[in-house]
Amino acid sequence: MNLHEFQAKGLLRTYGVPVPDGGVASTASDALRVAKELKGEAWVLKVQVHAGGRGKAGGVKVVKSFSEVYDEATQMIGMKIVTKQTGPEGKIARRILVEQATDIKKEIYLSFLVDRDSEQCMIIASAEGGMEIEEVAKNNPTAVVKELINPVTGMGLFLGRKIAKGIGLDSSLLNKFADVAHKLYECFIDHDCMMLEINPLVVTGDGDILCLDAKMAVDENALYRHSKIEEMKDYGELEPQEVRASIFDLSYVSMDGNIGCMVNGAGLAMATMDIIKSFNGEPANFLDVGGGADVNKVREAFKIILTDPKVKVIFVNIFGGIVRCDLIAKGVLTASDEVPSDRHIVVRLDGTNVEEGRRILNEGAEKSGLNIVTCDTMADAAQKAVRLAAGEPLEEVKKSPTKSAARKGGAK
Amino acid sequence: MSILVNNRTKVLVQGLTGSQGKFHAQKMRDYGTNIVAGVVPGRGGSEVDGTPVFDTVEEAIRKTGANASIVYVPPAYAADAVMESVDANLDLCVCITEGIPVKDMIKVKRLMKTSISRTMLIGPNCPGVITPGECKLGIMPGEIHSPGTVGIISKSGTLTYEAVKQVSAYGFGQSTCIGIGGDPIIGLKYIDLLEMFKYDAQTECVVLIGEIGGQAEVKAGEWIKQNFNKPVVSFIAGQTAPKGKRMGHAGAIISGGDDTALAKMKALEKCGVHVVQSPADIGKKVAEVLKRG
Repeated sequence: MNLHEFQAKGLLRTYGVPVPDGGVASTASDALRVAKELKGEAWVLKVQVHAGGRGKAGGVKVVKSFSEVYDEATQMIGMKIVTKQTGPEGKIARRILVEQATDIKKEIYLSFLVDRDSEQCMIIASAEGGMEIEEVAKNNPTAVVKELINPVTGMGLFLGRKIAKGIGLDSSLLNKFADVAHKLYECFIDHDCMMLEINPLVVTGDGDILCLDAKMAVDENALYRHSKIEEMKDYGELEPQEVRASIFDLSYVSMDGNIGCMVNGAGLAMATMDIIKSFNGEPANFLDVGGGADVNKVREAFKIILTDPKVKVIFVNIFGGIVRCDLIAKGVLTASDEVPSDRHIVVRLDGTNVEEGRRILNEGAEKSGLNIVTCDTMADAAQKAVRLAAGEPLEEVKKSPTKSAARKGGAK
Repeated sequence: MSILVNNRTKVLVQGLTGSQGKFHAQKMRDYGTNIVAGVVPGRGGSEVDGTPVFDTVEEAIRKTGANASIVYVPPAYAADAVMESVDANLDLCVCITEGIPVKDMIKVKRLMKTSISRTMLIGPNCPGVITPGECKLGIMPGEIHSPGTVGIISKSGTLTYEAVKQVSAYGFGQSTCIGIGGDPIIGLKYIDLLEMFKYDAQTECVVLIGEIGGQAEVKAGEWIKQNFNKPVVSFIAGQTAPKGKRMGHAGAIISGGDDTALAKMKALEKCGVHVVQSPADIGKKVAEVLKRG
């Protein structure tokens, strides 16, 4: 779960990490009030959205008078921020952070993250602050300093001094830097963070260290022990479907295509999107109903897809292990009752209770006139979903229900 | 032969009295797995479907001779349960539980690295391990498997079932199938298992199923090139995944530039791995390389 900059800075402040004075505003008059309270001669206004590259997109402004604060804030609140990370549809900035401007002498990059290889936390620093670390690592790898943090000892001050030396900080700053790095790590580890990035961390004209930006991501699996963080979740950053999915604890990511996918298991869900793409179709979403799905959860998952206006065809791809196919079939039918739709539903069921699942689905489809196409393999199903989404009602597709009807007849 | 589990594996179930534990213990028994004990703190002395329950792993081992455990304990307590198995020096611990905080897993791995325990961990957040016809230590549907010569290692559960089904459809059974889990920090990794398959005479070919995020697949590829002489077929899920979004698994998120599916596929191909682009071609490719060999 990502935090907004102002939320992350609020947490850092409680650990004694130096951050600029500031406050968050959701209206221009709010912004003016904050600026007046802060005093000073210059302020920085920063839109609060979950996306990097805000500066380039016009989401960060330095202003030097109260009238400028008001005018720029009016412009920025409600503006659409389009960056590489948001995609072309962008994100609406509903809040801005108003901070005292800082006299910057030097910019540094600093981050903490969980390193999978060593299975411990890692601190990364570079003297080239303000730049994307991936680019620095590519163009000037020696400028990037990395150290592993022992989970038993934590971020020792010696390690902070070593990093400071490594990025060429002046000797007079070693202890200050080590102290800040230590506090940052404490905040990082106490809140079960996956990532904490300070870019830039600056040395001010007065020779102090200050965290100008803060990007924080918290381990979703650990939210149960951080209720305060969970309350910070900004549903405004999510698509409507994603909000519904989060209520029902479904793993859902919205995409741009028109084939809605309902799959069990994250790997199979990704593979389903891949196979759609390999037949030149476009998935509308990633949706994993999970291992322990019951009828209720399947129904909600299917409704999320049914209520997505971009979806033309629905592709259900289930390999029942723990999840039983009969239960999936029931969920699909109840959801279709609640949200009637004449869209084609391509279904591929396999694994636990597959015969029962197919029978329930076919009988239900006949009764309520659903456009269900059943397939035996994932490739066949993907191909048919792509054709139907392209508006090609092909011969084979029409034949399919007859085939399954015959099978059903045989079973009787 | 096979790896990790066989018909001599004696299993204790941590969390046997829970609904998941009870349900899957029965499925494992039905498959023929030798379930000898359950461990549920505070429930020692009771029984579940004829299996005795003990308070601690240590006691269960002493009284039943169990040598492997499977964990169905809720996420907040699962890391502790794994550590209990490690402390008791079992051969193998499989952790099914999904949703364990990464910080807890860092602690588990630190304990494993610094203790003298021999315990190997599979998972968490995984379907477990199966040696068809001998022992099912996990939640996978047993009936789709058949004994044979193909080893399967995968981060994903259902995608593993898909691979098993395809391989079987081409007439090949499996030696051992392992779901290693989709979390950022896990027990046994690709290379640990490839090393075991290398010395397993029954295994003629390995299917390696990966996904976006991390560098594990690339490292496995480099290791294969240097050390592995059996053919490897691979599929990497998430070719269409957007950057920065977590695709279900906690580990499946594209963070840097080179942990995309495409980068991994290219790296594996360079190492001589038979990479398939479509998940529907896994079985076909296995048949091809085995016939060629």
